[in-house]
Amino acid sequence: MKTAIIGIGIHPFGRTPERSGMEQGAYAARLALKDAGVEWQNIQFGYGGSYSSGNADAIANELGLTGIPFTNVMNACATGGSSLLSATKEISSGAADIGIVVGFDKHDRGAFNADPAEYGLGAWYGEAGMMLTTQFFAMKLQKYMHDYGISVDTLARVAEKAYQNGTLNPNAWRRTTFTLEQIKSSTMVNDPLTKYMFCSPSEGGVALVVCREDIAHRYCKNPIIVSALAMRTRLHGAFEVYGTSVADDAIPNASVQASAAAYEMAGIGPEDVDFAQLQDTEAGAEVMHMAENGFCRHGEQESMLLNGETRISGRMPINTDGGCMANGEPIGASGLRQVYESVLQLRGQAGEHQVQGNPRVGYTHVYGAPGVSAVTILQR
Amino acid sequence: METKLTEQKPIDPVLFNWPQAEPTLRASRCALCGAIAFPLAKSCKSCGSEEVAETELPRRGKLWAWTIQHFMPKPPYNSSETPETFRPYGLGYIDLPGGLKIESRLTENDPMQLKIGADMELVFYTHRLEQDGTEIINYAFKPV
Repeated sequence: MKTAIIGIGIHPFGRTPERSGMEQGAYAARLALKDAGVEWQNIQFGYGGSYSSGNADAIANELGLTGIPFTNVMNACATGGSSLLSATKEISSGAADIGIVVGFDKHDRGAFNADPAEYGLGAWYGEAGMMLTTQFFAMKLQKYMHDYGISVDTLARVAEKAYQNGTLNPNAWRRTTFTLEQIKSSTMVNDPLTKYMFCSPSEGGVALVVCREDIAHRYCKNPIIVSALAMRTRLHGAFEVYGTSVADDAIPNASVQASAAAYEMAGIGPEDVDFAQLQDTEAGAEVMHMAENGFCRHGEQESMLLNGETRISGRMPINTDGGCMANGEPIGASGLRQVYESVLQLRGQAGEHQVQGNPRVGYTHVYGAPGVSAVTILQR
Repeated sequence: METKLTEQKPIDPVLFNWPQAEPTLRASRCALCGAIAFPLAKSCKSCGSEEVAETELPRRGKLWAWTIQHFMPKPPYNSSETPETFRPYGLGYIDLPGGLKIESRLTENDPMQLKIGADMELVFYTHRLEQDGTEIINYAFKPV
């Protein structure tokens, strides 16, 4: 039994001083319930998570303590994907018919400062200044640019597109455009990545109401089907975040593994996908993830960005809501934001950032520390 | 008057053999599957076996990937620097003979001096001074 998404809700991303992260989650949940036309009292289970804003099940304090099984999920950048994965298993097992998935967060300014002990790493790794995810992406990118001839201009084009898409999305945080020159000449953070090529930790909340595919039409005319959802963690040898050594970089990383599994599950290939939301914590990540998820060959990104092929109007739109760069990254909500945006696109409700041509297949991808990735394929 | 010799301590003893004339990085080699990982660990990251033996890593390799850290990280970064005295530092992966790539601080922080494929060698530096004057030693790689 497949899972259908019948309701979606979002709390705008960015900075909302008057609401806690958890309140933003509850806000999104109320909107998702309203969108589905379902009462909270009819929800049979919940999965959700946040990194910095407490236990997701506490939103029931606002929505009503109905006694349902509500499981808190924490799986770094794959928190949303893992929550949705758990919900699809709940439904496919026959244990429940309808449930809610929620993710929210509210982070302090500045780069994340993770504790090495939480990742099974020695304290030295943090003390020596190596415990920053930004460094990993920068190092991987330096090598990638060297190996495949990707230019700094391509990185700037990715960021320029993200901010451009953000201006079209009323829920985005960054809603002003930057020129390629402004992006390239902004403060260097981790070579070759400048400030405007990075996303920042932010705030926001997203919720989805999900149910059995065969009863979805009771609730809405336009259910979106979760055709595939795969989550994978790192293999020994692969080049991944917080890797003190890399034994064999030919070993597929978590993204490559999750992507291949999702295509197999859905029985389709990248050529069948109409648009994609790819983890873009920085501009280079989007470039590398394009190839890792099968949307081009390594190095082909250079011409694709130059020709605008990944713009909303292009042949393969990527990060149509502005992605992490325009929305920031509230860890618990970020992966579900991609799903929210994809559902909007598949319903034809994305307004100014709508992909033309009635897209039928959407794809989402997250990747994060310490080498975990989740991919979903959504279809109408 | 007696002068007290400054004490030197490795940032973590699992990283390198210290003190010795030519300190080397400490890695684990699995007795069952042969997988190597840095730093020294109690079990194999590939197959999970606890039959791992210590192996010393070569002191020279080639720069495989790099970046420069331009802003001072929040704690747990601990370097006895202040925001005023912070100097950007290089980071990279060094491709060692045998194929293992290890992550390391770099002594060089000028992007113009860092080239993928360039020869690099192991060095040690004082990462910070403790209140009692103890020097905390860390490893790094430097362009040859």
